[in-house]
Amino acid sequence: MKPLFPTASKEDEGDEMDLLERFAQGELEAFETVFRQFQGEVFGWIVRIVRDPGIAEDLTIETFWRIYRARARFDPSRGFGPWARRIATNAALDHLKTARPEVSLTEDQAQVPPIDPAIQSDIREQIEQAFLHLPAKLQVVARLALIEQQSYEEIAQAMGISVGGVKSRVFRAVRQMRRKLKRLGIEP
Amino acid sequence: MNDRDDEKLQELLRNAVGPIADTELKQDLWPRMLGKLDEQTMRASWLDWVLIALLPLWFFFFPEVIPVLLYHL
Repeated sequence: MKPLFPTASKEDEGDEMDLLERFAQGELEAFETVFRQFQGEVFGWIVRIVRDPGIAEDLTIETFWRIYRARARFDPSRGFGPWARRIATNAALDHLKTARPEVSLTEDQAQVPPIDPAIQSDIREQIEQAFLHLPAKLQVVARLALIEQQSYEEIAQAMGISVGGVKSRVFRAVRQMRRKLKRLGIEP
Repeated sequence: MNDRDDEKLQELLRNAVGPIADTELKQDLWPRMLGKLDEQTMRASWLDWVLIALLPLWFFFFPEVIPVLLYHL
């Protein structure tokens, strides 16, 4: 799998470090270069969580605004990608906390691939609803791990928790969903 | 509840929700970012507005500061 946030090759490391240092000092041109370099990756990560390209664009701007404000605290030696992904995850999480559960996973918005016809639409809807009513922190982890199939390590880094913490949240998400579905008479 | 049950639920979830098909950014967001930066730079904080509101009161109670202030401007 192609990494979402690729790191620079060794030849480019000096230039990259220089760029990030200039960004941390508040140089607007350096920020523009960093923005253009990472906007696609940040958007790609956020859209996996919020599943709406329009909202993901807004949250990409919000993420870079938070990044810009926090630039003085940025340590260039630790790389921009992981830092940006963590801020992006927090921005997406904040959005889910306020927008839930109105956000609906419609096919138009989420651009989901064709659905298995074996699943009846009402069951599909119940599963969606059970999923959307999970607490935001569990929902983000479940989306990234179970639906988007991102690695536990990558999710742990983005959420600022341990791999064990990710596993625990996935387990809790599955258990809560099962309980909700059982209450609705669905026992997968 | 066992691992096989969990796998079945996860499969149902993937089928019901499905991974997002297109994660590509379709447009350059820098112009919007620049707009946000400009907007935030132009925005005065509430403290600025309080100080601006206090200025006429200050001039009213201490009119002697007006020439001093004008001299420094």
